[in-house]
Amino acid sequence: MIRLYDFVLSGSCYKVRLFLSLLGQDYETVPVGFYPAKEHKKPDFLQLNPLGQLPVLRDGDLVLRDAQAILVYLASKYDPSGSWYPDDAAARGRVAMWLSFAGGELMTASAARLHDVLNYPFDVASLREQARQAFVVLDDHLAEQELRDCPWVAGPEPTVADIACFPYVALSNDGGIARDEYPAIERWLARVMVLPGFIDMPGILTPWSGEAAEEPAA
Amino acid sequence: MSKDLEPAALDQWYVIESSEDLRSDQPRRTRLLGRPILGERSASGTVTIEERTEEGETLRKLPCLERYGYVWTTLGAPVKPLFDMPEFEEDGRRLVVCGVLTVRTSPGRIVENFLDLSHFPFVHTDILGAEPMTEVTPYKAKLDESSGELWVTECGFYQPQAMAASSGAAQVDYLYRVPQPYAAVLYKSSPGKAGAFDLIGIFPQPLEETLCDVHCFMLVYDDVSSYEGMLQWQQGIFLQDRIILENQRPARLPLDPKAELPSRADTSAIQYRRWLKNLGVEFGVA
Repeated sequence: MIRLYDFVLSGSCYKVRLFLSLLGQDYETVPVGFYPAKEHKKPDFLQLNPLGQLPVLRDGDLVLRDAQAILVYLASKYDPSGSWYPDDAAARGRVAMWLSFAGGELMTASAARLHDVLNYPFDVASLREQARQAFVVLDDHLAEQELRDCPWVAGPEPTVADIACFPYVALSNDGGIARDEYPAIERWLARVMVLPGFIDMPGILTPWSGEAAEEPAA
Repeated sequence: MSKDLEPAALDQWYVIESSEDLRSDQPRRTRLLGRPILGERSASGTVTIEERTEEGETLRKLPCLERYGYVWTTLGAPVKPLFDMPEFEEDGRRLVVCGVLTVRTSPGRIVENFLDLSHFPFVHTDILGAEPMTEVTPYKAKLDESSGELWVTECGFYQPQAMAASSGAAQVDYLYRVPQPYAAVLYKSSPGKAGAFDLIGIFPQPLEETLCDVHCFMLVYDDVSSYEGMLQWQQGIFLQDRIILENQRPARLPLDPKAELPSRADTSAIQYRRWLKNLGVEFGVA
């Protein structure tokens, strides 16, 4: 059984939960005391991941850290269609480029959230500014993709790049980053949220949560 | 900024940190009702709390006490001792201290949302509620004159996963106790012990009028869940509320009865707002 070392409020762990759900793949979770106990920085967990970060995935003898690496592995092993991690040189290059963006520039939005929700002592103004710059890049890219009839981050079909980019953009309000100025991002988030098997996490406003849910159900 | 505050806000007891997290190597520099606060624990374990100037100079020592897993203080002169929770003396329950979570809204919005049954199916979908079972059956909310506490009683709700230990959906009995304006405890049927109640409490620490650190605990009969499982169950629910709370406008709790249109399900909110108004609460209200 696939085992995910997990923290309920982590957007990076959610990348993996979301993708496993989209694949319809069974798994078990091991909740790790990220907050307030900081178990991920203690010796037991550091044996699993010396970087002291979540998520970690165990599948048989294989232990993987880094959400992006885990997504690539899961797609390669458990997606018979091959569409989530396409086997084409250019497509794979584009996917890798946006995976790197998800694990890099977009993590400023994650850090702003850690500051706002869990009191991490970060320079939140600077983080929000960096996150907004990353959002502009993503928004411009998605707008161009739409014009090319290619509405996903790395091509005409959703890939692991979409799943890697989705959580910290969708959670940006938790870190005090509104998305009013990024209409292409908003349309893309809405497309992700109707993928078959989509699941949300606390802090993500889906079309069927909060105010919108007060409309009569069909 | 040290604006004059009204007794109704000053004279409450506030949590500033969990006992576990206030360590001798980890002081707590924080704020309470807009004023700088420093909480420290000495090597021998004694806790001191002081109010400071914005420049970090000591203004005065504040009262402090440790109870229920938390460190409490007050900026005023409470007429009542810290409210008693006898359930902490009873055997068999496990205490889960959920960690500080920060929310950009007023303490009144946080307490009012905590008392609200009607949001369960929409905000905590498939956990504390589910469509189409959205009806809030009639319940009672009233001020207990002898204790000066607000109690909300006779609540019932259909919940898919009422607690971390729940094995399936159940009709769950609820009651709420609001011992002071900015603290609330709920009692709900325990899946771990028939006929008994589990407790969940929230203690907002108002940093500013519309910014709170929220301290939250669970005291539950549960021999099956891991500590982390229980903790993360509650943290997840809290973050579902947080995004809704931060979108409520105005962020201050409006006390004018005409400000928002209530329905019958909002009886607890009506009584809560009326109570704050009668007590003369001004901090964090509109």
